[in-house]
Amino acid sequence: MTETTLNLLEPGSKAKVIQITGRGSARRRILDMGMVPGAEIEVIRKAPMGDPLEFLVKGYNLSLRKAEAELIVVQPLGA
Amino acid sequence: MEKKKITIALAGNPNVGKTTLFNAITGARQHVGNWPGVTVEKKTGKRTYKDTEIEVVDLPGTYSLTAYSIDEVVARDYVVEEKPDVVVQIVDATNLERNLYLTTQLMELGSRVVIALNMWDLAESRGDEIDTRKMEDFLEIPVVKTVANRAEGIDALLEEVVREADKGEHHEHEVSYGDDIEKKIIELEKIVGKDSALSGKYPVRWLSVKLLDGDENILEKIEGSSVATQVNSVLSTIKKEDYEAAMAEKRYETINTVLPQVCVKCIKGVTFSDMIDRAVTNKYLGIPIFLAMMWAAFEVTFTVATPLMEFVDMFFGWLAGVVAGSITNPVLGSLLGDGIVAGVGAVMIFLPNILLLFLMISLLEDSGYMARAAFVMDKLMYKIGLNGRSFIPLLMGFGCNVPAIMATRTIEDEKDRLVTILVNPFISCGARLPVYLMLAGAFFGRQAGSVIFGIYILGIIVAILSAKLIRGTVLKGKPSPFIMELPPYRLPTLKASAIHMWEKGSIYLKKAGTIILAGVVFVWLLSAIPAPGVDAAFASEEILGTEDSLIGVLGHIIEPLVAPLGFDWKVAVALVFGFIAKEIVIGSMGVLYGTGEDEDALAEILTAGAMNPLTALGLMVFTLLYVPCIACVGVVKKETGSWKWTLFMVAYGTTLAWIAAFLIYRIGTAIGWGL
Repeated sequence: MTETTLNLLEPGSKAKVIQITGRGSARRRILDMGMVPGAEIEVIRKAPMGDPLEFLVKGYNLSLRKAEAELIVVQPLGA
Repeated sequence: MEKKKITIALAGNPNVGKTTLFNAITGARQHVGNWPGVTVEKKTGKRTYKDTEIEVVDLPGTYSLTAYSIDEVVARDYVVEEKPDVVVQIVDATNLERNLYLTTQLMELGSRVVIALNMWDLAESRGDEIDTRKMEDFLEIPVVKTVANRAEGIDALLEEVVREADKGEHHEHEVSYGDDIEKKIIELEKIVGKDSALSGKYPVRWLSVKLLDGDENILEKIEGSSVATQVNSVLSTIKKEDYEAAMAEKRYETINTVLPQVCVKCIKGVTFSDMIDRAVTNKYLGIPIFLAMMWAAFEVTFTVATPLMEFVDMFFGWLAGVVAGSITNPVLGSLLGDGIVAGVGAVMIFLPNILLLFLMISLLEDSGYMARAAFVMDKLMYKIGLNGRSFIPLLMGFGCNVPAIMATRTIEDEKDRLVTILVNPFISCGARLPVYLMLAGAFFGRQAGSVIFGIYILGIIVAILSAKLIRGTVLKGKPSPFIMELPPYRLPTLKASAIHMWEKGSIYLKKAGTIILAGVVFVWLLSAIPAPGVDAAFASEEILGTEDSLIGVLGHIIEPLVAPLGFDWKVAVALVFGFIAKEIVIGSMGVLYGTGEDEDALAEILTAGAMNPLTALGLMVFTLLYVPCIACVGVVKKETGSWKWTLFMVAYGTTLAWIAAFLIYRIGTAIGWGL
């Protein structure tokens, strides 16, 4: 499958991080939290109001807004 | 024999049991203060282990040691500049990978690290097998298994800490970043090493790594140094974003090469928590559950506290009478009884509320639900220009705005934080409740509950609209990013909650208590000093709290300002003293109307014509919105570090209050409502 951004994936899908776009401290925090190139991610769920999103990364649950998830370029992995 | 003294620092990610471990090590020997120059809470404690006196410093919980948040800067500055003998990192045994990320950074700092592998029992019971011997070999760091909430492994940990402290300075343990980056690191090391002021204070390799990491805080330090131009010329040759990503990747890679051998068998993910989350953050159930939780927290705080508060009230009423009656000198009797004892009573009456609120907050936080609350509420908060993290301080505002404003420290973005601080006073705190209770009780009978609820809702609406307004005008910009861990659910311990409760309670008594006490005594003094030209003795019966005292003079000076709202001079005086603490509004009205602590008598006088439902409602709204209490203003000044913002908040709130009370009185009178 082709590369996409993390905000576009549906709950239940898995993906591999290709790169983090954007700049500045938010990007570095995303990296620090384990969203590094090569990391495997699973989309767990959306918040009741549709945003933010919850992911499983590095064995723990991380929440990002769609705006942040959009910075993360991923390669979807087959189910 | 002279006792040996060492200092250790506790570091670790949030939600790994750091506070519990700190409590287990130090017991009751704790001191809570602030880190110098910033508003991050600093906890220190002492413990004597064998012949060593150990000073324990609890660092803020952080995921990393970049300059992302003030917490991270505080933590790493302490490690670098104060050079504690040993840094104990508390590592969550159920999530090694992300926890060890911080370890790699602590090692780079060149400090002596001991790992407390905490929640060992949880990892074991779910079937993880962790080879701690291998972990020690790979990391070259001692690893001790602990279960902090059962105080297991504490002695073994201290034994290891004392042994490590004896070894002295640690060599820097390096993460290898690969050829390209290493080349740049070496290049920078040579330059930075030339500045003795920098290299004397910080490890040179660490500085170089942080520069490549794009760390703003370190870049600032370099900017003012002798090597600024040279460093900048090296940095201009690299693509910053690529380096940042590559370095984080390398750190995780280092961990990942070690992990498969350390974690013989490690379960990934948290199935039990996930089961709860399926309900708690469910599309349909999430919000109802959230509302139910908030309702429960509110009920416990306010309903359970009521009989306790009544008891406190009765006790101090009785004591004031006994004191006043048993002292033959009427001036002294009145001062001690109506002034000081009543003042202490006014302080103590809120203790049940504050203790219970912080018990609830502590339970919500320790169980892991607070993060879900932020997750569920974020979209809404985002819409009003804030973020999910702003929700917690705003919620805490219902108890007391003072700790609530202090709690905004968890919000990293300065603008988000400032807006959350500025609108917080509109969230109606517990101290304003007695004012509503008294007035609504006197004027609205069976509707009192609905009226009070309405006041709370009005406060929320004003807070939301103000946040939008401030965000759209004076503090333009997008809310900060939302990057938050949803920690596994855990059973909170009563001990941790009790300690938390006690800390907040004692802060209230120390910080707010003295101000409230002084305020009550001050009101009493003003009401006891005869007005100029009045021929009466100090504190004599006939002038006490009447127009013939100084307080009457003050009231008449202010009266024209509040007359358009239908308030008389007594209300004006009460409002002035409400600045000292909101609950004094009722207390000082009691003094002014000569009914003292007897609220029923005060209600009788007010309903008999001193006020009407419109002015009562106006006064409630005015109390909600106008200048917050002096303790709150003080905290706002402290937390914003700016008199400009503090005065803005005071002026903004008071103007709104005046307009609102004016509209209620004028429109209400015009349509003849409630008269």
